[in-house]
Amino acid sequence: MKSKIDFVLDFFSYGLKGGAKYYTWLGILALFILPWAYGSYQQLVAKGMIVAGYTDQISWAIYEGNFVFLVGVAAAAVTVVFPYYVYHYKPLKNVVLIGEMLAITAVIMVILFILFHMGRPDRLWHLIPIIGIFNWPNSMLTWDILVLNGYLGLNIICGFYSMYKRYTGQPLNEKFYMTFVYISIVWALSIHTVTAFLMNTMPTRPMWFHSLMPIKFISTAFAGGPALIIVALLTVRKNTKLEIPDEAINLLSQIVVWCLGIALFLILSEVVTELYPSTEHSFQLKYAMFGMFGLTKMAPWMWASYIMMIGSFILLLIPSVRKNYTILPIICVTLFIGIWIDKGLALVIPGMIPSPIGEFSEYTPTWIEIFIVAGNWAIGFMIFTILAKGAIGVMLGDVLHPSAVGKKVAHH
Amino acid sequence: MSTEEKKETEGTDISRRQFFKEAGAISAAVAAAAASSVIAPEEAEARTTFAEMFQKNYRLMTDEEKKEAIARLEQRHSEEYGKKVTVDGSPAIKDVLFGYALNIQKCIGCRRCVHACVKENNQSRHDPEIQWIRVIKMEKGNFTVDDMNKGYPANANESFGIQVGGNAYKNSGVALEGQHYYQPETVPEKDAFYFPIQCHQCEKPPCVKVCPVRTTYRDPDGIVVIDYNWCIGCRMCVAACPYWARRFNWGDPNLPAEEMNPNTHYLGNRPRMRGVVEKCTFCLQRTRKGRYTACLEVCPVGARKFGNLLDPESEVSKILDRKKVFRLKADMNTYPKFFYFID
Repeated sequence: MKSKIDFVLDFFSYGLKGGAKYYTWLGILALFILPWAYGSYQQLVAKGMIVAGYTDQISWAIYEGNFVFLVGVAAAAVTVVFPYYVYHYKPLKNVVLIGEMLAITAVIMVILFILFHMGRPDRLWHLIPIIGIFNWPNSMLTWDILVLNGYLGLNIICGFYSMYKRYTGQPLNEKFYMTFVYISIVWALSIHTVTAFLMNTMPTRPMWFHSLMPIKFISTAFAGGPALIIVALLTVRKNTKLEIPDEAINLLSQIVVWCLGIALFLILSEVVTELYPSTEHSFQLKYAMFGMFGLTKMAPWMWASYIMMIGSFILLLIPSVRKNYTILPIICVTLFIGIWIDKGLALVIPGMIPSPIGEFSEYTPTWIEIFIVAGNWAIGFMIFTILAKGAIGVMLGDVLHPSAVGKKVAHH
Repeated sequence: MSTEEKKETEGTDISRRQFFKEAGAISAAVAAAAASSVIAPEEAEARTTFAEMFQKNYRLMTDEEKKEAIARLEQRHSEEYGKKVTVDGSPAIKDVLFGYALNIQKCIGCRRCVHACVKENNQSRHDPEIQWIRVIKMEKGNFTVDDMNKGYPANANESFGIQVGGNAYKNSGVALEGQHYYQPETVPEKDAFYFPIQCHQCEKPPCVKVCPVRTTYRDPDGIVVIDYNWCIGCRMCVAACPYWARRFNWGDPNLPAEEMNPNTHYLGNRPRMRGVVEKCTFCLQRTRKGRYTACLEVCPVGARKFGNLLDPESEVSKILDRKKVFRLKADMNTYPKFFYFID
């Protein structure tokens, strides 16, 4: 038990230590906390969700968009876990843990956004079986709660178990460890599938009501998630001694380009299917793409997203661009934002416009909402930075139990 | 906002004093609750709220727990609104299945039902006013003779000599935000007809299916009810409802004490709190006592009919038997208990 406490302390003290650059980065993120705290107080304590730009017409918006998108980021850890453990692709050796730390962070952010989505976060205990009521299997939301919490647990077990064993210099219990790794691979697909089911099982919202949704969610997730991992890896390579081979980044950029290609094909299929016959059920997508009845707030976002995704795809098809590590992170950030718009704002909000009885209205986030969303992202980046830094320390052997010094144990 | 809040607090103080003065006169349940708690009013209120916070879902409560929950609410609301508030817990009547029929030929779009509903059911009155009924105004038949020369393409030069016209069709029901709150000088307006929508009390309600905590459910008389104290505010039901019947309390509801209707039902028109969903319950506080709904009573043209679908002699059964009846969005397969008809 003592060594476990030592591990946690050593892990986080290493995660919180760094040079001037590191503290500047964390300091910039910390700047977002104050407005976030103000917004949280206004919404969660003082006034309720009325401080946000939500209406009865548009009852899901920016929080839900970020929630959906971040589930995808969490699922994307599988793009490094799968090739490493199933195909034994060795260059990913030092990447797996970073992927798992990203998954943990993304699920924590999902939970944060859900907290702000709820009208009564104080009543969350109503969901706990036995003391509350858990409407499973009827309610799709209960499935989502199960898979998301399960995924968080799996990644904590996989990531921290293997790090702890390295820390103490003990060999891994292969059977125990690999069982959880294989479960987590399948589970990663389930989290995004269920999130898609949450939305596309509502015929009331024609824009969401199509069976492409789950696969589109997964393909965009496997483009956006690894794009973020690439940026993280290039940063790590530049600022730490951790060895990240080019092959690892090249594999990820290939995953990005193919999954983005599939995603674009699915978007094309959706657009053609909706716009060719152009019935009243296409109003929501038409609103998103072109605006209707003079309401055009969403259209620039939608087209910006299309341009970002298509442009990134074309550029990434060129091998020399993919291997140019100066340009690659810029493209990755661009397509990450493009997918954030496509799967966040431009999916959730137009699903509410028009309302089921034909009322067109628009949504504008308030400053409080923007503070909260920016703060949640800053908190997420902070958690990821600290977790990844700690993990790097373990991988470099900087975070090591005194008793393990000098021991040599082969690890994955 | 702040001045109103202040006013409310003052009101509460007065009511609290009145309450303890008149404790003996108030209903037996409240008196019992008050007698068992010979403590300072603030403490009593805190205890009420605390117990309320940890109570079970209404459907799973024993009769005893239901009585306690109701007594707590009666005490709290009587204090808050400075008058004797009753919270009824009447269950569904046996062999009754409520149904509603609306004659769209008769509706003149006066929207009196909208306002009567707000008054009866204790909705928030301002910032925002919550309305459970929407009356959609539509141009007659969606076709207008004036538009007969319009068509596709809109620009005649692009039509390559083919005559443009005949497309007098308007997308039915499409409105911009706020247009549902139309308030004309006189009704009915020329060339308009009206289509009121409220909760359809579906037989297969999508809202009930998606609720993660079963706070919303169908009572035996077919009414889809909500336990406001159990709702977690996730708004899955709002997203799933094909009739857009559900409303959310984005902030604290603003219900002035003098406008508050003190005859309430636990599952119906009792005052709601911040962060929970509400909707039409066919005025179950009235209808379970053999009365008509508020929207029906106020309708000046008798367009609204209500009754027991299981009774072949009820007005609503006879309408279903004899008139031209349809359901809105029947393709959703939710089997509403709200019907539209024409003579």
